[in-house]
Amino acid sequence: MSAHAATAGLAGAPPTTPETTAGSARGPAPVRIVVAYGFWIFLLSDIIMFSALFATYAVLSGQTAGGPSGRELFELRHVGVETLCLLFSSYTCGLGFLAIERRRLGEFYLCCALTFVLGASFLGLEISEFAGMIARGAGPSRSAFLSAFFSLVGLHGIHVSAGLLWLSFMVAQTAAKGARDFVRRRLLCFSLFWHALDIIWVALLTLVYLMGAR
Amino acid sequence: MEQSSQAHEASIDHASGVGESEPSGSFASYTVGLVFALLLTGASFLVSQTHLLWAPGVPAGLAVLAIAQMGVHLVFFLHISTGPDNTNNVLALAFGLLIVTLVVSGSLWIMANLNANMLPPSALMEMQP
Repeated sequence: MSAHAATAGLAGAPPTTPETTAGSARGPAPVRIVVAYGFWIFLLSDIIMFSALFATYAVLSGQTAGGPSGRELFELRHVGVETLCLLFSSYTCGLGFLAIERRRLGEFYLCCALTFVLGASFLGLEISEFAGMIARGAGPSRSAFLSAFFSLVGLHGIHVSAGLLWLSFMVAQTAAKGARDFVRRRLLCFSLFWHALDIIWVALLTLVYLMGAR
Repeated sequence: MEQSSQAHEASIDHASGVGESEPSGSFASYTVGLVFALLLTGASFLVSQTHLLWAPGVPAGLAVLAIAQMGVHLVFFLHISTGPDNTNNVLALAFGLLIVTLVVSGSLWIMANLNANMLPPSALMEMQP
């Protein structure tokens, strides 16, 4: 198993120096650490994909082709509610993960339900915002600015939808198989995914909405 | 078998930054993270909607607040720490940040340069035969 190389080899310390390990055992890293590391690599590649769209948006944000600009289109109150929904869903997701680690199933289901409801509210608000913009004639084909806006914000929305689907599957799997090791590893990956979406939303909120609405 | 593997994980998993024995993965840390994130989000909205900051400095202020909030999320929600078993995560994050910086700043630089060197439409018209 190359897991040892994956977790200690890159640290730069020769494997024989005991003080760098802080008391943890030598040998292959636990599956859980390797899984979290692999999923973290995936999340970073996802963030790099988003960075391409962020760059596109930043380049095109002024190219409105005579159409409406962000200042006319964005309603910050609406966006503020979306932000709160996503932030609190991240919090309840974290609490749900803590609950499953402590084998408290009832608390876990409650947190998952809250996470799902908050995530779905975020998605509903975003869809109503998109529908309102398209109804005003500001659809993705109106200008380069709007094309970039819909691709960037829409891709985040697609990620949130995928996360909601994943969350439902994980709840069903926990109900069917219990809080076993592999189920908890998958839940760890899900919580990492959900928190990463929140990080992307922070960048999106600042670049697209707060700077665009000024 | 199940139990022994759990005991094994519990004994080794200390520094993963995601285990329950780790203080960074506690109820308190999520709550502190939520409070910080709420404060920073509120500050971002305040800065963008009022004249608290000198107007040309607002984008820079918003960027600082956003980066601070991303840091809060990384530390309190994703539990990126300086622990020995977290070194690889931090290295991967540093590499990701490098690529993101290259993609975003490189695109902006190239496109601004192209924009500045583009002929104005009137000059293009004069070039027509």
